[in-house]
Amino acid sequence: MSALKGLLQKEAFHILRDRRTLIVLIALPVVQVVLFGFAIRTDIDGVRLAVVDSAPDYATMALRDRFASAGVFRTVSVVARTADLEPLFQNGQAQQAIVFKPGFAADLARGEPAQILIVTDATEPNTGSLLQAYAQAVIDGYQRELSASATPSVARASRIVIAPDVRVRFNPTRASSNLFVPGLMAFVLTIVSSMMTAISITREKETGTMEAMLVSPLRPLEIIVGKVAPYLVIGFVSAIAIIVEARLVFRVPLRGSLLLLLFEAALFILVSLSLGILVSARTSSQRLAMMAALLGTMLPNVLLSGFIFPVESMPWLLRILSNIVPGRWFVAIARGIMLKGVGLAYVWQETLILGVMAAVLLAASVHSFKERLE
Amino acid sequence: MSDVTIEVKDLTRRFGDFTAVDRISFEVKAGEVFGFLGANGAGKTTAIRMLIGLLEPSGGTARIAGHDIYTESEAIKQSIGYMSQRFSLYEDLTPRENIRLYGGIYGLTRKQIRERSDRVLARLGLAGVADDAVRRLPLGWRQKLAFSVALIHEPRIAFLDEPTSGVDPITRRQFWELIYEAASAGTTVLVSTHYMDEAEYCDRISIMVSGRIAAIGAPADLKRQFGVNSIDELFVRLARPQSETPA
Amino acid sequence: MRRILFLAQAEVLHIVRDRILVAQILVVPIVQLLILSNAATFQIRNTSIHIVDLDRTSTSRGLASHLAASGHFQIVGTAPSLDAANEGLLDGTVTMVVVIPHDFEASLVRTGVAPVELSVNGEKGSAAGIVQAYASRVLADYAGELTARLRPNVITAKAGMPIPLRGVPRIDVRVRGRYNPTLNYRHYMVPGILVALVTMIGTLLSAQNIAREKELGTLEQLNVTPIRRGEFITAKLLPFWVLGLLELSLGLIVGKLVFDIPMVGSLLLLYGAAAVYLAVALGIGLWISTLVETQQQAMFVTFFIVIIYLLMSGLFTPIDSMAPWVQALSQINPVRHFVTISRAILMKGAGPAAIVEPLSILALSAVVILTLAVRQYRKRLA
Repeated sequence: MSALKGLLQKEAFHILRDRRTLIVLIALPVVQVVLFGFAIRTDIDGVRLAVVDSAPDYATMALRDRFASAGVFRTVSVVARTADLEPLFQNGQAQQAIVFKPGFAADLARGEPAQILIVTDATEPNTGSLLQAYAQAVIDGYQRELSASATPSVARASRIVIAPDVRVRFNPTRASSNLFVPGLMAFVLTIVSSMMTAISITREKETGTMEAMLVSPLRPLEIIVGKVAPYLVIGFVSAIAIIVEARLVFRVPLRGSLLLLLFEAALFILVSLSLGILVSARTSSQRLAMMAALLGTMLPNVLLSGFIFPVESMPWLLRILSNIVPGRWFVAIARGIMLKGVGLAYVWQETLILGVMAAVLLAASVHSFKERLE
Repeated sequence: MSDVTIEVKDLTRRFGDFTAVDRISFEVKAGEVFGFLGANGAGKTTAIRMLIGLLEPSGGTARIAGHDIYTESEAIKQSIGYMSQRFSLYEDLTPRENIRLYGGIYGLTRKQIRERSDRVLARLGLAGVADDAVRRLPLGWRQKLAFSVALIHEPRIAFLDEPTSGVDPITRRQFWELIYEAASAGTTVLVSTHYMDEAEYCDRISIMVSGRIAAIGAPADLKRQFGVNSIDELFVRLARPQSETPA
Repeated sequence: MRRILFLAQAEVLHIVRDRILVAQILVVPIVQLLILSNAATFQIRNTSIHIVDLDRTSTSRGLASHLAASGHFQIVGTAPSLDAANEGLLDGTVTMVVVIPHDFEASLVRTGVAPVELSVNGEKGSAAGIVQAYASRVLADYAGELTARLRPNVITAKAGMPIPLRGVPRIDVRVRGRYNPTLNYRHYMVPGILVALVTMIGTLLSAQNIAREKELGTLEQLNVTPIRRGEFITAKLLPFWVLGLLELSLGLIVGKLVFDIPMVGSLLLLYGAAAVYLAVALGIGLWISTLVETQQQAMFVTFFIVIIYLLMSGLFTPIDSMAPWVQALSQINPVRHFVTISRAILMKGAGPAAIVEPLSILALSAVVILTLAVRQYRKRLA
């Protein structure tokens, strides 16, 4: 036991002496969360709207006004011909355009259908659908205004309306950061863990102490615990810093138990570190180890963890694959705790999975170290 | 009258508080074989790296082939060849490919490259492995290759940093034959070594101790001057005062 | 000039003989392309919804069957219990709960208007917005059907055929989505992912390459020769520049064969832009290599920088959604500009005029970063 204590002390000493690395390990996640938190968003605002109005009249002006005051749109250009729209769409100046047929107000007055064409840049399909829905909503609003001023008998001669009453649960502000930031935590913690593993590997290689440790009275399990423990602490400190940031800077709610969140974070870091140790134990080529560690952890954690892209949207093969990505489980847990305020009763399955992952990876590492001894 | 190809005056290099090279001065003439002796860590490699333009001096002056090392370090490079202490050619290329690369960089025509590499490879006994990856060659053969690359463009001055480290006696002898050949063709050779017996092969030598030149001159003259039988003895005599504790 | 050729020739030999490198260039990016393109999508399929029908009339059941038949939804629960539905939202098994009030049919008959509550699981992010949009559309379609049935005197207009109706001012809305007619997410993602891969190759390999020479000591031998900095760097980067373009070609071929990505604009223009972009990517790799000592450090620093660039480039999430200060920052992100250019050319058929702004920024960046890197590279240590 005292051998282990000695090892822990030595690792702690190394880390504390390397101030620069320490600062990077803690400051980097903080910086990244800020950067990505403000960058990874899907909220739609300030939509750049172009207007084609060759014969402006009171109705077109009224509707244009509705768009301008809707808050979501920003009129960037008013042109006279539809042909003028193409360059605007191509260079991205306009995201959407409304095209009025000349004689708009006259048609309205006569009771004939007054035509509007909504043109939307649908290169990104979801944005396209949403922009269309928003524009449609503004026009519908104006239509309702017009209908309201009509007499009841006329009203009876109009269409049936089923009005959707939309409630957004768990994310009433609809800020996409509420959704992404918990996932961002997982991603950033993964980066921190890989960094820490890489640093630890490099250090051992440079000082050549791995062989010495393997022949010492330390048992393989103790070696691993000794290597993992100090970095677990650093990772934990990072996790706290990230949670603080999420609350203060992005105002992500924390409706559940902070303690539970911290516990889960520690568990997740343990899983990531164990994976790193396993990789380092098995690969002798430094280059391969690094590549494997980075590709095998960072990329899957961005793509398959549900951090940005919903797991439900993925083809079934990738959905299955995502089950072995630790980040996926932590993202679900973090969102649950922070946004829905659920407790262990709801996330025990995910927690168990993380626990099993940690146990399996650590056991595999011990096994690998034992092999190296023989 | 032979011209001076290497002129060094009070050359110094500091790393923080540590002075690796402490005001050394010496001259080497064309066609001379100059032995740069000293223990490991005495400052030989640092001095050489300053002369060939890899490291900036902290003080002092030097002229190589008539060029100032501060202001004309790039001009110097066309006139010099260098063999570093650590093998610095490409292991995944063949000897022939390495020679071709450096020959080309030094401006030789393809014809010249072809002729010279055939000649050099034959001379060194590397013809058989000319197209094998250098990675597969034993140490001694790699050193020979590095030596030939250093001289492929027939430079005025060759700087050889411990060329014989770690090679067997036969190869060592071969090296010195090559060095003599080059010298008699007019090349100035500055060769550093920590083997004191190799001092006898040089025209003149200098012995560096802790960054300073403790002795400089022809081996025979020095032995007489200091009353010793071998340069090895001389070195021990010079190096020991530092390590002896005052009585 | 000749020196460049000799050194470049040696470089090509290195590359060809390095097994790991070849795998990095050929295998890894293609695998990534295939996985990434399939994973990176916000497309909604078979969203699970729970319908709470408190009315249980033929009209409400009609609405339910419309929702089921729309193809977007999978009805996982129909228990008329709000608690059960909420449970589903809470444990994440349900994305939307549709509550049809108990006087649905009666309201419609009497006043022609009735509300339907759509509770979306905000946890699902933008999916929630889309799901709600789809659902709203189904509601509107159903309302149209009901109008035809219950109020036959109100004739709804068919596309392109205005029908006069006395009295009520009516706006006839047509919609047109440009550039992605099939609403295929992959068409949007693949061009961007190609950019990411080409960036990886360009930056990572060039950084690693020079760092390796430092580590092995071969750089020293080169520094002793009269080769000039500019010549050295050109010789080093040229093979990777060509490789990058090859990579792009390989990616485009895979993209066309596997995903049938659109190629509306000029491929020549795309390659031209890629050539400029690669100069920037390589320049960054070169710059990184002047900062580090070992290959490992090179790999690490490169990964970091590239990941930051990628996440802030509009590749995965739109630039328009970023906070203003981040949007401004992204102007100096070369990846952002090349992503914009690729999408513009491939999906919108943009010509030179449309991409002149991002292209100029790229060109300027190339000059700046290469100059910086060359300056920073020293043959002689201070």
